[in-house]
Amino acid sequence: MKKVMIAMSGGVDSSVAAALLKEEGFEVIGGTMHIFPDYEEATDREDHCCSYSAVRDAKRVAQKLDIPHFVFNLQDEFQDKVIDYFVDEYSRGRTPNPCVMCNREIKFEALHRKAIEIGCDYIASGHYAKIEKENGRYILKKGLDENKDQSYMLYVLNQKQLSQTLFPLSEYTKDEIRAKAKELGFEIHDKAESQEICFVPDDDYVRFLDANYPEISKEGPILDNEGNQVGTHNGLSHYTIGQRRGLGISMGYPIYVTELDYKNNAVIVGKDDAVYSDGLIAEDLNFILFEDIDGRMEVEAQIRYNSYPVKAYIEKSADDELKVEFEEAQRAVTPGQSVVFYLGELVLGGGIIKKSF
Amino acid sequence: MKNIYLDHAATTPAAEEVIEAMKPFYNEIYANPASSHFPGQKAAAALEDARESVAELIGAKKAEEIVFTAGGTEADNLALKGAAMANSEEGKHIITTAVEHHAVLKSCEYLEKHLGFEITQLGVDQEGFVNPQELKDNIRNDTILISVMAANNEIGTIQPIKELAAVARENNIIFHTDAVQIAGQLKIDVNDMNVDLLSLSAHKFNGPKGIGALFVRKGIELVPQISGGSQERKRRAGTANLTAAVGMGKAAEIVSTNLDKKITKLCSLQDYFIKELFSNFDEIKLNGPREQRLPANVNISFKNLDAESILFNLSLNNIAAAAGSACASGSLSVSHVLKEIGLKKEYAKSAVRFSLGFSNTKEEIDYVVQKLKEIIERLKSLQ
Repeated sequence: MKKVMIAMSGGVDSSVAAALLKEEGFEVIGGTMHIFPDYEEATDREDHCCSYSAVRDAKRVAQKLDIPHFVFNLQDEFQDKVIDYFVDEYSRGRTPNPCVMCNREIKFEALHRKAIEIGCDYIASGHYAKIEKENGRYILKKGLDENKDQSYMLYVLNQKQLSQTLFPLSEYTKDEIRAKAKELGFEIHDKAESQEICFVPDDDYVRFLDANYPEISKEGPILDNEGNQVGTHNGLSHYTIGQRRGLGISMGYPIYVTELDYKNNAVIVGKDDAVYSDGLIAEDLNFILFEDIDGRMEVEAQIRYNSYPVKAYIEKSADDELKVEFEEAQRAVTPGQSVVFYLGELVLGGGIIKKSF
Repeated sequence: MKNIYLDHAATTPAAEEVIEAMKPFYNEIYANPASSHFPGQKAAAALEDARESVAELIGAKKAEEIVFTAGGTEADNLALKGAAMANSEEGKHIITTAVEHHAVLKSCEYLEKHLGFEITQLGVDQEGFVNPQELKDNIRNDTILISVMAANNEIGTIQPIKELAAVARENNIIFHTDAVQIAGQLKIDVNDMNVDLLSLSAHKFNGPKGIGALFVRKGIELVPQISGGSQERKRRAGTANLTAAVGMGKAAEIVSTNLDKKITKLCSLQDYFIKELFSNFDEIKLNGPREQRLPANVNISFKNLDAESILFNLSLNNIAAAAGSACASGSLSVSHVLKEIGLKKEYAKSAVRFSLGFSNTKEEIDYVVQKLKEIIERLKSLQ
């Protein structure tokens, strides 16, 4: 019998995933990560992944399913690979997606390693995505439920990780999972969607940064696209591309953040059309469908989690760099966010947005 | 697969005689010991018998010097906060150590945060010992209380309580010791030790959970922490937990009778276990001293490995042990004690605590060593 560790958040998805794995005949062990930094108020929000109540919920589900359950302390790794990364990106005027980093370094790396150490063959999660093997290569696809697809967050997984990961929910819709949960007698508690930051209990990342890393926020000028100062800002980390509110400037027409100039500690603003870009450069690439890209390819590119793929052309521009040209100009391309490339339901891979053009 | 329990420092099973002794007090002799009628008097008598047994366990001359509490944590809270509040006119400085149990440390933190007390934490050496000279050096005119645990629950260090209490005596300062870990493993004599306050917890020596006691030397004033009726001579309000107190009394009696036998067995098992570990593993470290160590305690670090992984693997083999301090989330973090003794990271992250009980056998130890070998080998190969 193969052993699998199911990453449990206490929420309905991972709970049902655990039950499904058991039904499939695996020996299942539940695992929950303890990642919250001690310097943030002990969080007990019902809807937050990995909070204390989440741990309790996960344990209760494990008890109901009669599977062992362990809580793994990954605070150090999480601080190092996710929180420090998060802060570092903001300090450089970029807008990070910590969940992507968490998947790459924590959920499917550090936690994965723990699973192997306790004798598991696989790690599993309640992600709505699909892993298949084709021509000796592990490929990632969107999950059945288009609305709930989480493949965007998983583009960072490498072949080794994919070979040892299971996604039991790949062939189910959310409604089917809810029904199954009811059948199993689980309480239906939805944990936070990926757009909230799990380690910032009140979801106020500005407060989190100001309270714990005030040194990264320095006052500086707000400039228009000609370099004229039109206002002052209180730290690049408080702004994101496309932002309209909170600028404290009235120019008679709507203005938006078009660029965060780290070198000069300046926020650049402009009219709506200036927020659109024809393309971007991506770095820190990971390809799943093949080892590396050859020549120019037509793909569908998704530039943020809550957005959809659009037609684009990709081509290597340097060793770990990709040029992405959109067929139609896209709004608010944000350095630090991830760009993920699709071919229909297949995930080609992706990278981190370095800059737009 | 057999179940092997090596976490007696966390808690122990209640002895059969303890359970038998407790049974009548649920619904036969169940009256409130504070009631003046005959059933009440009978209950009160049983409570007082239990109190005497506990007094005898620790060499207290008067049973009235024993205050029943809901456990060791409450006893620590009552000692620290009660003594501090009662003596705050004399001064607001308290000395304790950095390796105390959280019940002591958090009580001190409370006094600091809410009542303006100043806390000095004495450090310890690499084996966890407090230095009496360092205690002397930190005493001030406004020091009113010193609290040092009798032995450390994580690494087994037995503190020189007699020497430390003597320093307190010389300076007319109240001395408290958290003796929760030593009851049932070492002989306790509050007069030989010369302490003013001493905490006990029944579930550490085969008594029930939810009951403990604080020894309060006659003449020491405390501000009660649980307000209400005048039970426990007005030191701790609330209807006596008669059943549990009787259980604690019986557990105390058993210890008083069997202590020497128990110590001999524990020491012999401990010695065997440590020898087996050192002959079967490379790059391991015994945390805490070899001599002056709690007979039940075996705390081992495996270089560069991870306590969580070792512990969870042991669990999956039905072997129960412990590591670090369990925090609110239920996961393990590196214990403050290991940090205080300056244990290097490559060893601190892997410290596993085995704590023996009277029921453990040599065969069980052999089995555990065998399983550990398999586990350590596999973990090393995965590095």
